[in-house]
Formats: sequence, C-alpha cells, structure tokens
Amino acid sequence: MSKPVIATASLAGCFGCHMSFLDIDERILDLIELVEFDKSPIDDIKKFSRPVDIGLIEGGCCNAENVEVLRYFRKNCKILVSVGECAVMGGLPAMRNTIPLKECLEEAYLNSPTVAPEDRLIPADEDIPILLDRVYPCHEIVKIDYFLPGCPPSADLIWEALTALVQGRPLRLEYELVKYD
Amino acid sequence: MNYKKILQKYRKDRTRLIEILKEIQAREGHISEKAIICVADELGLSRAEVEGVISFYHFLSARPLGKYVVYLNNSITAEMAGREKVALAWEREIGCRFGQTSEDGLVTLLETSCIGMNDQEPAAIINGVVFTSLNPDKVKKLVGWMREGRAAEDMVEETGDGANGHELVRAMVRNNIRKTGPVVFGEYVPGQAIGKALETTPECVIDEVKRANLLGRGGAGFPTGLKWEFCRKEKGEQHFVICNADEGEPGTFKDRVILTERPEMVFEGMAIAGYAVGARLGILYLRHEYTYLRRYLEHVLQKMREQGWLGKNIAGRGFDFDIEIKMGAGAYVCGEESALIESAEGKRGEPRDRPPFPVQKGYLNLPSTVNNVETLATATQIITRGASWFRSMGTPVSAGTKLLSVSGDCERPGIYEVEYGLTVKELLEMVGAKDTLAVQVGGPSGNCISEAGFGRKICFSDLPTGGSIIIFNRGRDLFSVVRNFLDFFIEESCGWCVPCRAGNVLLKKKFEKIASGLGTVQDLKEIEAWGKIIKSMSRCGLGQTSPNPVLTTLASFRELYESRVNKEADFIPEFDLSRAVAEASAITGRKFQEEQDHA
Repeated sequence: MSKPVIATASLAGCFGCHMSFLDIDERILDLIELVEFDKSPIDDIKKFSRPVDIGLIEGGCCNAENVEVLRYFRKNCKILVSVGECAVMGGLPAMRNTIPLKECLEEAYLNSPTVAPEDRLIPADEDIPILLDRVYPCHEIVKIDYFLPGCPPSADLIWEALTALVQGRPLRLEYELVKYD
Repeated sequence: MNYKKILQKYRKDRTRLIEILKEIQAREGHISEKAIICVADELGLSRAEVEGVISFYHFLSARPLGKYVVYLNNSITAEMAGREKVALAWEREIGCRFGQTSEDGLVTLLETSCIGMNDQEPAAIINGVVFTSLNPDKVKKLVGWMREGRAAEDMVEETGDGANGHELVRAMVRNNIRKTGPVVFGEYVPGQAIGKALETTPECVIDEVKRANLLGRGGAGFPTGLKWEFCRKEKGEQHFVICNADEGEPGTFKDRVILTERPEMVFEGMAIAGYAVGARLGILYLRHEYTYLRRYLEHVLQKMREQGWLGKNIAGRGFDFDIEIKMGAGAYVCGEESALIESAEGKRGEPRDRPPFPVQKGYLNLPSTVNNVETLATATQIITRGASWFRSMGTPVSAGTKLLSVSGDCERPGIYEVEYGLTVKELLEMVGAKDTLAVQVGGPSGNCISEAGFGRKICFSDLPTGGSIIIFNRGRDLFSVVRNFLDFFIEESCGWCVPCRAGNVLLKKKFEKIASGLGTVQDLKEIEAWGKIIKSMSRCGLGQTSPNPVLTTLASFRELYESRVNKEADFIPEFDLSRAVAEASAITGRKFQEEQDHA
C-alpha cells in the first residue's frame, strides 16, 4: 500500500504552526517513513501533483489569494485540518476585524508617524492579493474536518493528531496537550 | 458639583455605590470622569472598580445623555405590537437614531430589554416614568411636550387602575388583573400573619411552610421552608432576608402587579421570613424599571412601621425587623440570587460560584435567604390560613396557585392567578387565544411548545414557569421570535463565562445562517451540540438556559428548521468572495475578478 500523502499551507498566519510542526525533532525521520509530502512550504512543491489524503492549514483568510489557496486545498485533499488559532478563529490578524478596513489602511499607510510624507499611498498594485473586508477563519469558507487548537499547537499535539489520522486510531489527548494557561 | 456631599449622605457606604452613582447621574445627566475619580477616592476604590460598575448596568452612563432619555423596550411582544413604527416615529421626530442624542442635546434614544409591561406594549421609560401602549401619534405628542420643557411626570395624562393612580405613583400602567385567586389576590388582612407567626416559634413557622410544600415562585422552585431552615441553621453575626423584585425574564410582570396591589403582603412575608431565619433586616431589591413604585413602597413601609408590623418590638412580641429598599440599575442577570447579592453590595452583578450558597454566605458574606416577591406574599397567606388549606389547591407536587403574566396573541393579556395543574389548552381558552402556533412558557429561558404540548400542565413537574407566558398565533414568524430572544441573551450575558459570552454570539450566527437558507444538516447538528456546551459550561442560570430559544423550538418545531436547511449539500459557506473584496476594491480603485481554478 502506498503511503498517505499530506500537504500543508500557511495562509494569514506567521508560520509559527509550521515551525511547531518541525519541533517534532527526530520524529521527522519516522514521519517520512509514515507519509509522503505533496504541496507544502516544507518541500517547496507549488502545485498539487496527485490526490492528497490530509491537508494541514495554518492561518485564516485575510485576502483573496488565501481564499483561492484554501479552496484549492479543499478540492485536492480528502481531509482538511485547521491547525492553530489563526486557522481556527482568525487569530491575531483578526484583531483588525473590529476596525473598518479603510481606517486600518489609512492608519498604516497614510497617518502613521513612521510613514514619510512622500510615501503616503495605499498600495493598489494588481500583483498584491486584494484584502478581504475582515479576516475569516477557514471553516467559514470551506468545510473543515478537524481543528487543532493552540498558538501554536504543540509539536506533540500535531504529531499525535497526524499519526492518529494516518493510522486510523482514536486520538490520545493528554490533558497537557490541550491546556493553554 | 459637590460629590463629597452626596457621598456623605450615603455615609460613604460602599454597598451604596449604585445609589450614589444614580444620584450623581440624576443631577448631572451622566457620571463624569471627575465624579468617577472623586467617588473612587472617597470610597477607597480603584477607578476601574467604579467604571466597572457603571459599564455593567444598563441605566448608568459615563457619557453625557440628553435632558430626556427615552428607553424604548425591545421585547418580542413590543415588536408584535408595532414597535418598529414607534421607533421610526421617535427617530423621525427627534432627528437622531437609537443609540444617539439629538444635536440640541434634548433627547437620547436608547433601547432596553423587557421592562415588565408586556401586556401594554410598546412601552418606554422616559426619565424614570413609564409610558405604555405607544403609537406614532403619542410619540409626536410626547416630543412636542419635550420641546416645551414639560417634566416627564407631567406627561402622564391618565393614570392606571388601583394603586397606579395613587398620588405617589401616578403611573399610566394598568394592572390588567384578569383572574384573581385565593392566595395572592385572596382575602387578606394586613398584620394578621405576622402576629400569628410571632405567637409560635421560628421552627414552627418553618415547619408550616415546609408542610405547605411552598416552592420558590421565581422559577427555580426550591422549597422555601428548606431554604429558611438552612439559613436559620447557619451561624453568623447577622442574617438577612432579601426579596428578589428583579423580575427581568421577558414576559413576566406579575411581581410588578403584586408590589402595586399587595405590597403589605410581601413585606409581611419578609418579616415572617426574618423571624424564621433570625434576621433583623430585610432588603427589597427592586429592579430599576420599577423605580416609579419606590416612593409608594417607602410610604407603605412607613405605614406598616406606624402600625407596629415593622420596626422595633413587632406586635409587642419583642421581635425587631425592618426593611430597606435597594435599587437595581438594569441587568437581567441580577435576578440570579448570587448576582443580586453582589449588586445589593454595590458591585457589578456577576454571579458568584456556588457553593457556598447564599444561605451560607450571602449578603456581606452572611447567611441570607433570597426569595421571590410572590413566594413571600404566598408565605404570608400560608401562615394565616394554614398548610392544609394551601395544599388543597394545585397538584400534590405543586401546591397552591401561581400568578401568570400572559401576553402576546390573545384577547385578554394580563395577570391570572391559577391553580397549578392547569393545562396550556385551558389557559389558552381562559385568555382568549385563537389559532395558536406556539406558547413560550417561562420566558426566553423556558420552553417553547407547539400544539402537541398544549395538553401539558403548568406545574413544577411538567412545565415550570416563573410566570411568563407569551402566546404566538399562526400569523407569526417563529424565527423572528427566536432571533429576539437570542439577542436578549447576548445583550444580558455578564461576560464572565466564555461559553455564554462567545457561545451565544456563535449560536446566533449559526441560527442566522440557517434562517437565511444557507444551513445544512451539519449546521443543525452543530447548533444542538453547541447549545449543550453553553448549557453545561456556564456557571449561572443565564448561561445554562440561554440556548433554550433555539433548542426548544428545534425540539417542538423541527420541521420549521428542516424546511430551511439544504439536505443534500455537505457544506454551504455564507462567505461570498466578491462581497468580501468590495470594500478593498472601493478603497484602492482596483477591479477584482475571481480567478479560475489554479490547476
């Protein structure tokens, strides 16, 4: 039997969940025995090359590109997992949700004391992904099958969840794995 | 203004903080930063503590308000009685929206949760005066008077029946007592019960109430005699009796009518409770919305003192007991007994962890019994007429009578004193309800039942209620009812427990998704699962019942929800990409075209 294929993406996140994933340390050797990677920043594969079993999503959606990537993942992954606070709830980027977008942009690009007078301009380049009115958690855009909470979820939690999924066994969630205070 | 003088008037008593703030607001229209600093300094509190109290209560304001402040009720029966037109009339006549103050600073328009006038909606409180059965023409007239500078009390043209017409009340509120019963509205001679109680021992009084099987009338149904016994047995320098007159459950207004027509019976019940538990002081915690009754109630207390039924050496039997009135400031959660106690101590009305229960550590951490208005009135009658008389009414488990506040779609909304065990069907006939779709028993936190449940009985073992009965006929959209109730809980959650504070917002969002036709079977499942989490993970009754509007309608009217959800789709997002980028497009002048698939 061929190995399960996994893919990962970081949307409106800080890559901290990916870093936490890498914190599995030497277990990465077990991981490559267990699964194969497709599209992911870890191997730098840009496009899906085959159907994927498990997609891990870090970050919520703050711009149209995030939405596009998320939908692309949903289309190509059998199981999609929101990993970390930003994917699950919007996280830190969602702090802008209480402020109108116009105000945010004006504060950042026009009124901020660190912007030189000649640089006062709200970026409108076609190559920059266009912003959404607010930051959305992933499950408001596509169906998400599982949620891994944490900022970031610990390496042990990611490891446990991933291996349980791959091996088709129930999660063994130690209290410490999902305790955040 | 001299804040120190006000503080001295209240003897710099921290438990009187809410009253102090109310007095400052009454004089200055709001509680300024300067006032906050002074109050905090003088009471030895931090500024945040004082600000926390102000922000907690609906009727306290740190921002300046108009000379007239209109609090228009937003309960579901107000909506059904044409609230929208009335609200529009206010906005048109004043020239500002709800939540704002007119430019000339004359009027502030605000919304408020149920003010206990469900049978005479749409109603509003203007500068403490209640105005009922409003319509656009009346609004126009009121605004005209405001421009002339007339005082709110002088805008009341016709007073209501009974004590509503008393010179100390002068309210246009109507009692609408449609059916009297033998207990609360039965034969009553003030002073008899306390005299009789003082002839026996406190233990005998407790025994009599226990034998009568009196269960708490506020809704929870805890045995009153047992509560008194627990309180009596608790050691403490002092014990307290607190009368919970903070009926905030939308649709209930029976305590308002009891306090208007039978205040002596309630106060006598407090004295009896005081004798039973060993208290010398009783506190009537009166909801802010009923401020218009305060002067009258003070007057009744004074009369009772003069007659020797309160004060020192009651009925010549060496028992001292007096009652003081403490005012709420607008918070539904303060109907919960531990939150009420916090509020009576002048703090934010956040529920306490239990245990310890109020009977152990209540007001000022001393043993306290908190009883509902109707419970105390009923206790008075039990002492006069005896437990077996009381038990001859109602059902074996639910003895006696219950006051129901009936509102909504029926010919005769108002107060009904009925024996426990009455079926919903019998009640609907009694009140003249036709073509009924649903009955909300016990308010938003209670149960919404369909015709299939009309044979059920109003009693503790079947359909318990604090008294709120709201009727909806087949012309009503049940979803707008649920929406109104969910908004109510979101507004009234004290914010302490995350499942209640955030969960109810998420629940409402999910509900709206289903209501708009974007729901799936999975969404229905999630609503049920989330409702259970909110109920089990919140520490007070508010959170524990807040998902009921959705959960009970889902149980009784499942087909209504199922007709709105898409049964085939696995997932339907509410998200619309072109709508989500519209704002950024407008700001940057970029045109956005959704790209085709990546691959």
